[in-house]
Amino acid sequence: MPKDSGIGASSKRREDIRFLTGSGNYTDDINIRGQAHVYFLRSDVAHGTLKGIDTSAAEAMDGVVRIFTGADFEAVGGMPCGWQVTDRHGQPMLEPKHPILAHGKVRHVGEPIAAVVADTLEQARDAAEALVVDIDELPAVIDMKEAVRDGATKVHDDIASNLCYDWGFVEENKDAVNKAFEEAAHVTTLELVNNRLVANPMEPRVAVGDYARGTDEHTLYTTSQNPHVIRLLMGAFVLGIPEHKLRVVAPDVGGGFGTKIFHYQEEAFCTFAAKACNRAVKWTSSRSEAFLSDAHGRDHVTKIELALDKDNNFAALRTDTYANMGAYLSTFAPSVPTWLHGTLMAGNYKTPLIYVNVKAVFTNTVPVDAYRGAGRPEATYQLERLVDKAAHELGVDPIALRRQNFITEFPYATPVAVEYDTGDYHATMDKLEEMADIAGFAARRRESEAKGKLRGFGVNCYIEACGIAPSNLVGQLGARAGLYESATVRVNATGGLVVMTGSHSHGQGHETSFAQVVAEMIGIDENMVEIVHGDTARGPMGMGTYGSRSIAVGGSAMVRATEKIIAKAKKIASHLLEASESDIELKDGAFSVAGTDKSVAWGDVTLAAYVPHNYPLDDIEPGLEETAFYDPSNFTYPSGAYACEVELDPETGHVSIERFSAADDFGNIINPMIVTGQVHGGLAQGIGQALLENCVYDAEGQLLSASYMDYAMPRASDLPFYDVDHSCQTPCTHNPLGVKGCGEAGAIGSPPAVVNAVLDAMRSGGKNVSHIDMPVTPSRVWAAMNG
Amino acid sequence: MTKVTMTVNGKSASGDVEGRTLLVEFLRENLGLTGTHVGCDTSQCGACVVHVDGEAVKACTMFAVEAQGAEVATIEGQAAPDGTLNTIQQAFQDHHGLQCGFCTPGMVMSAAALLKDNPKPTEAEIRHYLDGNICRCTGYHNIVKAIMAASGQDVSRIAAE
Repeated sequence: MPKDSGIGASSKRREDIRFLTGSGNYTDDINIRGQAHVYFLRSDVAHGTLKGIDTSAAEAMDGVVRIFTGADFEAVGGMPCGWQVTDRHGQPMLEPKHPILAHGKVRHVGEPIAAVVADTLEQARDAAEALVVDIDELPAVIDMKEAVRDGATKVHDDIASNLCYDWGFVEENKDAVNKAFEEAAHVTTLELVNNRLVANPMEPRVAVGDYARGTDEHTLYTTSQNPHVIRLLMGAFVLGIPEHKLRVVAPDVGGGFGTKIFHYQEEAFCTFAAKACNRAVKWTSSRSEAFLSDAHGRDHVTKIELALDKDNNFAALRTDTYANMGAYLSTFAPSVPTWLHGTLMAGNYKTPLIYVNVKAVFTNTVPVDAYRGAGRPEATYQLERLVDKAAHELGVDPIALRRQNFITEFPYATPVAVEYDTGDYHATMDKLEEMADIAGFAARRRESEAKGKLRGFGVNCYIEACGIAPSNLVGQLGARAGLYESATVRVNATGGLVVMTGSHSHGQGHETSFAQVVAEMIGIDENMVEIVHGDTARGPMGMGTYGSRSIAVGGSAMVRATEKIIAKAKKIASHLLEASESDIELKDGAFSVAGTDKSVAWGDVTLAAYVPHNYPLDDIEPGLEETAFYDPSNFTYPSGAYACEVELDPETGHVSIERFSAADDFGNIINPMIVTGQVHGGLAQGIGQALLENCVYDAEGQLLSASYMDYAMPRASDLPFYDVDHSCQTPCTHNPLGVKGCGEAGAIGSPPAVVNAVLDAMRSGGKNVSHIDMPVTPSRVWAAMNG
Repeated sequence: MTKVTMTVNGKSASGDVEGRTLLVEFLRENLGLTGTHVGCDTSQCGACVVHVDGEAVKACTMFAVEAQGAEVATIEGQAAPDGTLNTIQQAFQDHHGLQCGFCTPGMVMSAAALLKDNPKPTEAEIRHYLDGNICRCTGYHNIVKAIMAASGQDVSRIAAE
């Protein structure tokens, strides 16, 4: 019987009321009295020497407040990178300077080169057209393998080459891996591209900088997944503003998907300019600007090989990946193809030997960083395409080959440095086989064939690492941040609670699900708990929301703080009940003395804490407010098995998704409705990557897919109803809620199933194609079918 | 500047606008009705859908002066005066048809226009009609489900909570 409140209940979302009535408070809805507007003039060439900018005509135009160029920021720090990767020779990655406004050179189309601040946006835009920019265009490097050839044009003159790092993992395994390949009974090899994507949250980025000269206080309103991180990065490393004089507010944020993690130039600019102009400065990205300035995602080119023994056991795996960094290092870019990718290459399988090589490359393109899944979709795609290919080469059933090699004993230490705490991969595969109705597939295929269509079935498994991460571990791996989370629980006199969390909700429904947890722990109504996030002035230090970490890390911090509240409340209750503290039990919002009918209500205890007339003042302080920081001891490891069924029109190459089944193990679930919605959204992004989305540059570095006219966002008619299940639950062993995280699974687990299904459909049509790159567009399918 | 007057959510509204001022800018900046959103600049995403004289219109694709004398309805006018959600809004909450909420006003307004003309749309008709509304969060499953539910159809057999 489903619960109707607390942990495990599909409580309806409280945040929906404001979103459904047009009363949300997104950053672009914020206007400060007297604010000016900024328009950024952006480079229209991919690479060039910036010889000069003549601002004189523009400065004389109506409404212009001030025009800024790179020279205005010489005394200010550049954009910081939050993760330093060490290469396979023990050397630190190459880390070029990243200016707020281009200085000396432009390095990608869309790089901001001047900023016009004016009374209105129209005036700023008009004045920007009067700027005279003198750029000597240079050859652009776009292709990664070209970029690392000897003699290639360098993106940056201040570093040795375009090779940011050459990473080997685990370097000590390399010889043993190579030896295993020499001894293998069978080797399957696959070369593939993980297509470059644009995250495209529906709300474009916005920044509003405000400054109070009287108190020297800065405020930045911004579309961020982690306002505290922006405060630290921008305050300490860019502008030199101490945190107590800098408030960062990320109010309602209209989707993030990773691209709103990073600290961007426009945020630093608006904060800086508000002081320089002594008035608030607002920037609202257009969608066209978003394509040219939001960090992109994926963009890996990989060769992967699997060695199998004579019994089809996986013996060794080796990969060789080129990962695009773009023109500059975005905040967490170096970590994505390394620690968020190489560590996942074991997947669900007991492959004893693994070696991963990643070459990160600078090109004259927009910076590339984390996008939903961040490294884990790339790992899963390679591995699950490769296993499917191996099964077909060996003539064995793809599901049977997977099952044969599944990890079955936990905890399991992989050869790529992580330890899976729990999982049951056979259970999710069993569930998937039931959901996907494999028995009925032959009949469905006949129906499709009767219409002149081909039908294909594809599966994949996935494992991901969420809840990033133990701070001491990531510190060793190069993170320049801790990755704990914090929560403050403030109980008011009349019993209601406010929880201030460092996690940030931009669609995930924390205001509802976090309240369910605290309400369950105390035994009170969910509506007595308010969740506050997104404002550095209202909560303790927080690391924010990404990597499916909110409930696993932020939720755990909240549990720890609530446990402290309960412990103190029990002391107060024991005083009020004149009983030993060890005999006090909390149940259904009341404290009672074990074995008696004596009890005191939650509200009486909280009132006593603030009106301490009858109170143990000698032992404890009045008030009821506690803070906890939670630093996880390991990642969490959600896993699952997905199946896709496609129909392919051999006349046109068009592929439609007919069925999609997803069996996930997320450990314990707080709100099943929200979890299901998270999987739906992830699936749409994964299917979008597989069938539709592609970020394309031409050889000169012009972005060809720079609007919704050219970048194929998934629409309602591209997608089916999904069949989603999360009844297989192996709770996480090392966090207090037993939760694993669910935000990225859909995007990680779906692309290989789609491509495997398309290839299966082609085979059924007599065309044995071993691989097709994403997005699997009609033209690519048609070419493969008719090639 | 030109003075423009229209009826918005049943009340007369007027303001001075430039010829190039878009209807969505007039609603957001002049009237402070920030529920109507701007998600793109190519008239693709539908976050700005409002009703003008009963028809669904992308407010980023119409000048404010073109709405002179028109009856305009926005998301802010959809709930009852006491705050009770209308049938479509309630169905979106009941079926988790929104996550970040940014596309939601346009989705609700488009759904209302669809159901006015087609009170019992099929799944395929809904998906086709929403071609001009992009959502990046929900994968559309629960949006389609919510619109079917709002039209009085039984959605209990469609998977998921």
